[in-house]
Amino acid sequence: MSITLGHYLSIGALLFALAVVGIFLNRKNLIVLLMAIELMLLAVNINFVAFSRYLGDMHGQVFVFFILTVAAAESAIGLAILVLLFRNKNSIDVQDLNSLKG
Amino acid sequence: MDIQTGFFYLFAAVLLFSAFKVVTARNPVHAVLYLMLTFSQASGLWFLLEAEFLAITLVLVYLGAVMVLFLFVVMMLDINVDTLRAGFWKHFPLAATLGAVVAFEMAAVLMSGFRLSQAPQVVGPAAQVANAQALGVLLYTEYLMPIQIAAAILLVAMVAAIALTLRERKDSKAINPAIQVRVKARDRLELVKVAVTQPAPAPAAPEAAAEEKKQ
Repeated sequence: MSITLGHYLSIGALLFALAVVGIFLNRKNLIVLLMAIELMLLAVNINFVAFSRYLGDMHGQVFVFFILTVAAAESAIGLAILVLLFRNKNSIDVQDLNSLKG
Repeated sequence: MDIQTGFFYLFAAVLLFSAFKVVTARNPVHAVLYLMLTFSQASGLWFLLEAEFLAITLVLVYLGAVMVLFLFVVMMLDINVDTLRAGFWKHFPLAATLGAVVAFEMAAVLMSGFRLSQAPQVVGPAAQVANAQALGVLLYTEYLMPIQIAAAILLVAMVAAIALTLRERKDSKAINPAIQVRVKARDRLELVKVAVTQPAPAPAAPEAAAEEKKQ
């Protein structure tokens, strides 16, 4: 028995589901929320690479390249905001982010 | 079962285990380390998919830069874990049910719907081209504009991260060089006319001297 495209897609789906569970569980800890978002992006990237391989199309890998770029930018800015938040509020609890009273 | 299948299951098992530990780890530093393990396993999966360039990029950029950035930030913050973990297990049943439903449905559909087991064999001159070369040719011809936009996004992210976290010290003794260069001699040196001789101060009154002697 050999590995099918479905195996790789299932890995991506399981990883995405785990990340969703992580967002549910760590609703207070902002840094673990950022990590769960990284896991989701990784799941999407695995799907892209698997499709690119099994359909013989390089464009999928180019897309993964751009997703990696945007993910790096996103985590850099997210961590900068996190540091700023910790400086001002002395906590990274999401529930303390209520100064806008929205 | 050939060796590729074995490696697939090994990478997949470690990937899912470490991803689970990322979201449940008590210590954020452990969570980041497990996240690094997850990314390295994903890199192994991409090697199995013959996407060598992206696999190496994942290790270099993600494990080498982004995860280390995460680690720095986590270690820099003084987090009180206990307050953040309050109510952690309260939502666990709901979260586990939801995750299981999502995972089961997706896996059922994907495993039965995508039975594509044989990757198309590349023939002709394209077969000799390495993955990195094929990707590079595509990036610098068809995707020339997007890659420049991506570069601009990275630049903006860098500027934004620095601008957000830059903090000037209040007790800094730094000097503005422009002001220092523009200074003239008369701003610093003042010539004062002083008389060559000065009259001696008047002697103290004799009554005061006599009083001091009494005491």
